[in-house]
Order: sequence, then C-alpha cells, then structure tokens
Amino acid sequence: MKFIELKNVNKTYSTGVTALADLSVEIEKGEFVFVIGHTASGKSTFIKMLYREEKPTSGSVIVGGINVAKLRNGRVYKLRRKIGVVFQDFKLLPKLTVYENVAFALECLGASSEEIRPKVMKAIEIVGLKEKVRSFPHQLSGGEQQRVCIARAIVNEPKLLICDEPTGNLDPDTSKEIMKVIDNINKDLKTTVIMATHDKEIVNRMKKRVLLIEHGILTGDYLKGSYKSHESA
Amino acid sequence: MKALRIIGRSFRDAFKSVFRNFSLSMASILCATITLLVVAVSLIIAGNVEDVTKNLEKELTIVVYLERNATEEDAKFIENSIKAINNVSNVTYKSKEEWKNEMSEYNSSYGSIFDNYSENPLPDSFVVYVNDVNSLEKVTSEIKKLDKIDSAGYGKDAVTTIVSVFDFVEKITVVIVIALIFVTAFLITNTIKLTIYSRRNEIEIMRLVGSSNTAIKLPFVIEGFVIGILGSIIPIILTIYGYIIAYEKLNGHIYVELIKLISPYNFVFYISLIIMALGALIGMLGSLMAVRKYLKI
Ligand SMILES: Nc1ncnc2c1ncn2[C@@H]1O[C@H](COP(=O)(O)OP(=O)(O)OP(=O)(O)O)[C@@H](O)[C@H]1O
Ligand SMILES: [Mg+2]
Repeated sequence: MKFIELKNVNKTYSTGVTALADLSVEIEKGEFVFVIGHTASGKSTFIKMLYREEKPTSGSVIVGGINVAKLRNGRVYKLRRKIGVVFQDFKLLPKLTVYENVAFALECLGASSEEIRPKVMKAIEIVGLKEKVRSFPHQLSGGEQQRVCIARAIVNEPKLLICDEPTGNLDPDTSKEIMKVIDNINKDLKTTVIMATHDKEIVNRMKKRVLLIEHGILTGDYLKGSYKSHESA
Repeated sequence: MKALRIIGRSFRDAFKSVFRNFSLSMASILCATITLLVVAVSLIIAGNVEDVTKNLEKELTIVVYLERNATEEDAKFIENSIKAINNVSNVTYKSKEEWKNEMSEYNSSYGSIFDNYSENPLPDSFVVYVNDVNSLEKVTSEIKKLDKIDSAGYGKDAVTTIVSVFDFVEKITVVIVIALIFVTAFLITNTIKLTIYSRRNEIEIMRLVGSSNTAIKLPFVIEGFVIGILGSIIPIILTIYGYIIAYEKLNGHIYVELIKLISPYNFVFYISLIIMALGALIGMLGSLMAVRKYLKI
C-alpha cells in the first residue's frame, strides 16, 4: 500500500458546491508534491481531506495506513499526531514566546518538559530561529513567524508535512528562504511534503512532482521536474 | 503520567481563565454561592424536621375504644380490619383489665374508685401506630367507619400542624432550589462560552496537533468545577459556624424539649460535603452544556 492513496474522491459541500470530483492519486513516502490550480479549484479541499478537516462525500482517503474517510471524530487526533500542518495565516499564540509556541504542540499531548526541551530546540534549529527563542510573535517578521509555524508542525516528528500556501503572505525573497527550510525537512528528515501553492515561480524552480487541479478535477500529474508553467494557467 | 500532566495543565488553564474573565466568573460564583446557601439552609431544616418527625412518629398513636358490648370476636375482627388500613404499622390490644391495672398502679386513688364498681367500667381498646404523621387523620377516620367503635382519636394536634407546615415549606424549597440550580448552571454555561471563545485559537491548534477531544474539553469542565467549588466556600463556612452557634444559643432544642436539634458534629460536615459536591456538580453541568453547545469538535 502506498503512503497516501486517494481513490475516486468526491467532495460536495453542504452548499452544493462540488470542490473535488472523482480524484484518485497515490503518493509515496518521502515525496515532495506541489498542488496547484486556480483559486477555488479545490486545492485547500484536497489538503483538508488529508488531515481529516473535511470528510470526502464518497471515495476513500488513506494516509499512513489510516482510512481517513472512515475515521470517527473521536479518533481524528491519532491521525493528527502523525501530520504537521502549516497555513498561510500563521496561527501562533500571541502571548507565548517562540519556544512556548513550539512547545505547546507537545505540551497539550502531555509530554514532560524534559522530553519537550530537546525536541523543541531541535525543531527551532532546523528552521533557523535559534536566536529568537525568547521573542514573541509580534516581534518577528512574517517569514520568521512562518518558521515558527513550521517548527511547531515538525516538532513531533511527523511522517507527513502538509502546507496550504505557506508563502502566500510573504515576499519572494522570504518565500525562497521558507521553501529552502521545507525542502531541507523533506531531504534531511525524509518527511513527505504536500504543499498547495499559487506561486508559479517556486513550482518552476524547485522541479518537484506537481498535481494540477482544475475545477475539482485532477487534470495533470507531472513527475519530478517535468512541469512547465506555460502548460497550465 | 501523560494523563496526569494533561489534567495538571487543565487545572492551570481553568484557574487562569477564571481570573482572566473575572467579572463574569464572579457572577457565576456568586450565583452558585446563593444557590448553595439556600440549599444548605434547607438541608439543615429538612434534616432537623426529618429527625423531629421520626421521633414524634414513634410517639404519635391513635387510641381506639371499643363499645362496651363488643365481644372478643368483634375485637379480633376489628384488629384485623385496622391492620389492613394503609400506613398502619402496628396495632396492640389493651384489655379493660390492663387499663385498670395500669391506672391503679399510676395512682392508688384510681384503684379505690374502681373498687366502687362491681364490673370494670373501662372499655377494651387498641393502640394503633402509623408510619407517617400525615396519615393520622385519614387512618383515624377509616377506623371510625368500623362497627362497634366507641371512639378513635389522636393527640398533639399542634405538633402535627407544625410538621405538615414544614412539609409544605420543604416542597416549596425544593422548587426554589431546582430553579436556582438552573439559573446557576446557565450562568456558568455563559462564562464557559466566553472562555471557549477567547481560547478558540488555542483550541484550533490543539486540534491540529492531535489533542484528544477529552483533553480539549477537560479545561472547560474543570473551569466549571472550580467555579462550583469556589461558590461553595462561603456556604460551607456559614453552615459550619452558623449551625454550631445556633445550636449553642438554642441549647439544642426549639421551644420545647421535644423538638430537639441534631447535634452539630458530623451533621455540619455531612451538609458541607453535600454542598461542595453539589457545587462541583452544578459547575460541571454548566460547563458540559457549554462544551456541547459551543465547542464543535
Ligand atoms: N467549507 C466550505 N463550505 C462550502 N463551500 C466551500 C467550503 N470550502 C470551500 N468551498 C468551496 O469549494 C471550492 C473549492 O475551494 P478551495 O478552498 O478548495 O479552493 P482553493 O483551490 O484552495 O482556492 P484558493 O486558491 O483561493 O485557496 C470553492 O468553490 C469554495 O467556494
Ligand atoms: Mg486554498
């Protein structure tokens, strides 16, 4: 069985909008996959299927051996512990320092402070924020805040890192740095990365596998490096 | 270990948010305090009424005199009929001879009076015990309906009136207490709702990183618990000191020796325990309602 396996996934929201139609795809352990498409094409919906923020209307979604579509509400947390998620808006807790924000992810799972400390320091080092551990979010730049989010997402050493437009709020140079961090996580920690983005420049430059979604339909699956931006919107 | 740390964190968070939303928490705590005070007072009264009533019930009896021409068979039949009436717990027979002996023993001048009669002038009688003071009247009228009954009656009318007044007060108190419990639970629900709102970002992140639903709900349930416990402090202090002082001032009884108060030690502690448990329960009820309604997970 593949690490991630979606089969004939349909998603129709209660409003009647069909966001995904008959989508099937497989992703191997350790891959780096971009998900691209116009606005409202269904990228975020696809991402939300993976961490069970939304359930498919039909079809199956398997992530790391867990059938996400059949997962009961009370058990979703078991899936979430294996996945790190990063968003466009940073979702940091403003009253906590960088260290505390990252530690929060482990604290609410009941980890002891002796367990927490080395893991948090390692995650903060990976994202390159060692000098700012004691800063509060409002004292950080956008790029630095996103690094904190990434550190929080990987601190529990997940097998899968999911990013929904992590560079959406950042300027091109900062985006580049963030992408370097994410790429390193994929390479060094062997974490599978799935990232939805609008940013063609990033997609073109990084030469990874690309999934193109148009109106909820998977219209392109470009293997490593074969994607050219002119082929799509 | 993990569970313990999660519970520890939940307590910390609960106390933090009680103080963060202090004015609303205070309103809930005050409401709980008032409710629990009323409960404490009514428990103290109810406990004492119950105790007094039990003692009175032991003493309250209906005395039934038979007609003079009643035969032994009539007496047997009447005894069985009385036993069959609802709420009758015991019936004892007292023959005219027993009456005579008892009275003569009590006062020797009676004895000499009886000597003037060729035949015992007293009637045969039954003493009827009932389970419940409130049934005295009904049982008595049932007995009067039987044949060969000269008279049937019970004494201590004033006491039974007091007892039934207490009974009525008790019922009203129960209604008031239930209403107060609902108001308190509702207020606590609103307090918790505000906490849930102010911590929505935290909850979102907890969900994202894989906190179990129980772990997410726990701080809010504990917050309700804490509010309930804080609300029970003043009622408990007033119960313990108030009752002990009142008991001493009244020398342990009201008006007459017959209406004895329950002695304070252990009684006040039982009441306190009930008050604290009830406070915690109301608090958790309120927070569970809030969690169910406002914490969509
Ligand atoms: N919770 C929801 N309820 C109803 N409709 C929704 C919901 N979320 C998304 N949609 C609809 O589903 C479609 C796909 O939305 P989605 O967010 O997946 O697009 P997207 O590709 O991520 O867009 P963007 O690039 O703007 O982020 C849109 O038409 C959107 O309006
Ligand atoms: Mg989106």
